[in-house]
Amino acid sequence: MPVITYTSQDQIEVYRFNLSVAIGVPLMALVAQAFLPRWLPFMTIFDLPFLVVIFFAVARRSQVAGLITGGVVGVLQDALGGQYIGMYGIAQTVVGYGASSLGVRLDVENAGARFLVTLFFYVTHEVVYFTVARGLVGLTLRWSWMRELGAALANAILAVFLFALLDRFKQRA
Amino acid sequence: METLITRYRNVSILVIVLFAQVLGLAVQVKRSSENESSRLIRIWAISVVTPLEKGIVGIQNGVGNVWHGYAYLRGVRRENRELKAEIAKLRLEQVRLSQDAEQGRRLQALLGFKEQFISRTLPAQVIGSSGSEQSRSIYIDKGSRDGIDKDMAVITADGVVGKVLRVFNSTSQVLLINDQSSGVGAILEKARLQGVLRGTPLGEVVLEKIMVDEQVEAGDKVLTSGGDQIFPKGLPVGIVTKIAKGNELFLSIHIRPFTNLSRLEEVLVITQKAEKAPAVKEASTPRAVDILSQRLPSVPDKPPDEPKKPAAADPETNQAKAIQAPKPGVSGSTNLRLQSPPKPDAESGPKAAAGAAAASPAAVTKSEPVTMKVSQSKSKPEPAARQRNSDDVPPAPPAQEKPH
Repeated sequence: MPVITYTSQDQIEVYRFNLSVAIGVPLMALVAQAFLPRWLPFMTIFDLPFLVVIFFAVARRSQVAGLITGGVVGVLQDALGGQYIGMYGIAQTVVGYGASSLGVRLDVENAGARFLVTLFFYVTHEVVYFTVARGLVGLTLRWSWMRELGAALANAILAVFLFALLDRFKQRA
Repeated sequence: METLITRYRNVSILVIVLFAQVLGLAVQVKRSSENESSRLIRIWAISVVTPLEKGIVGIQNGVGNVWHGYAYLRGVRRENRELKAEIAKLRLEQVRLSQDAEQGRRLQALLGFKEQFISRTLPAQVIGSSGSEQSRSIYIDKGSRDGIDKDMAVITADGVVGKVLRVFNSTSQVLLINDQSSGVGAILEKARLQGVLRGTPLGEVVLEKIMVDEQVEAGDKVLTSGGDQIFPKGLPVGIVTKIAKGNELFLSIHIRPFTNLSRLEEVLVITQKAEKAPAVKEASTPRAVDILSQRLPSVPDKPPDEPKKPAAADPETNQAKAIQAPKPGVSGSTNLRLQSPPKPDAESGPKAAAGAAAASPAAVTKSEPVTMKVSQSKSKPEPAARQRNSDDVPPAPPAQEKPH
């Protein structure tokens, strides 16, 4: 029985994904994130796992699914990095929950909406990450608005194209 | 109550998941052995991701080898000629360096210094990175089963890269020197000031703990000091680019690493270091008779068919002969030890050896000495024999060819 949610104006569709896509795409994003900066150092500005979390959260429109996807991807990101496990996990959990909550209420299928959603949640992600890193772990990270906004823009632009590509894997629930 | 839980089910799950992660973080921060508390999760993540990375690297290398080895051979001959010329130049330079190294070892022995040798290195391929600007680390395709251990130094031919942070079965994580949690003992080559190298959040490398009243110049080379017990002394790190006032009474000296840390492909892991007093060869110990024999004017050899005259017939010649007369351990044949070119380690490539040689005098000392028999002429010392003592005696004027 497909779950259909509604906004005040339009009907919003809920999508599901094959198990292979649901596991394979985040995994490929993690591998690409770890591998691509070897050749293209500027790729570190992009956060592919973050984009994948946003995409799945918005498409599924389920807050629980969104936060769990975010949590798992974030913890895996932490595990591959050198820092404590949970820093990315917390940030991605919040992003997954927030994006799916937004997806329930708004239609975020068009490119403009995707751009803005990614922009907003990238900054949210960084704010949460820095708060955790400074407040809980005691790391001395330096916040730079210029850098964060630049990275947010870059990720938002990439999201428009990446989401269009990932739309092919969507299946109507 | 049930209605309340059902109503706030999603928020409750969010709070529970966040609380669990915060708790996990707190446990990790509290425990000093952070690696152990989260090791299982890391192993799972690594075992999922690294096989894919190794596969991609393998395919990339295979295609690259076929392309560069069989298809794209443009300019190879010219490059070969240039490399041969460079080898010849380096060989000449090595002779000079081996003399300097020998002198250095003698001085160290005199002062009772101990020297750290890079006795074994293991080449490894970079297969991935942390992919985050907050954590600057790379993954290499060698792990505990290859002999890698935690805190081993990782270098390239250009300079220092970092240290092994975590070791897994067939993979290791290397913390780069530009990560903010890294720290390397370093020394400025000219100023001889020691400090600590640290990474910044922006991925730069900064030398700290040098007082503001010290004189530091941009362009000064930075080497490892050996004080951290991880990196052997004398490995090149980078060059000073900017000097600014740091916190409190210390300078903040910005360093540009010699190694391009964002484009690493192959690295060397120093798997074994040895610390011992430098060995000084007996033959190279300066002796008064050697110095005297060089300072005195040489006497040409007499033709063998010339009839021997009584000793009293030519007192002047006899005097010189008496000085140069064969003495035990001096004339006849002398064991002269020359340094052979540094042989790459069994596990290392030629680039590794070149890098090690460039990186540290210790690497030069690793090479096995070759013993050559050089017969010392009574009349004229051989050039090699003169070289041997060139450190100990003032340089003699070029030998004049005397007419026979």
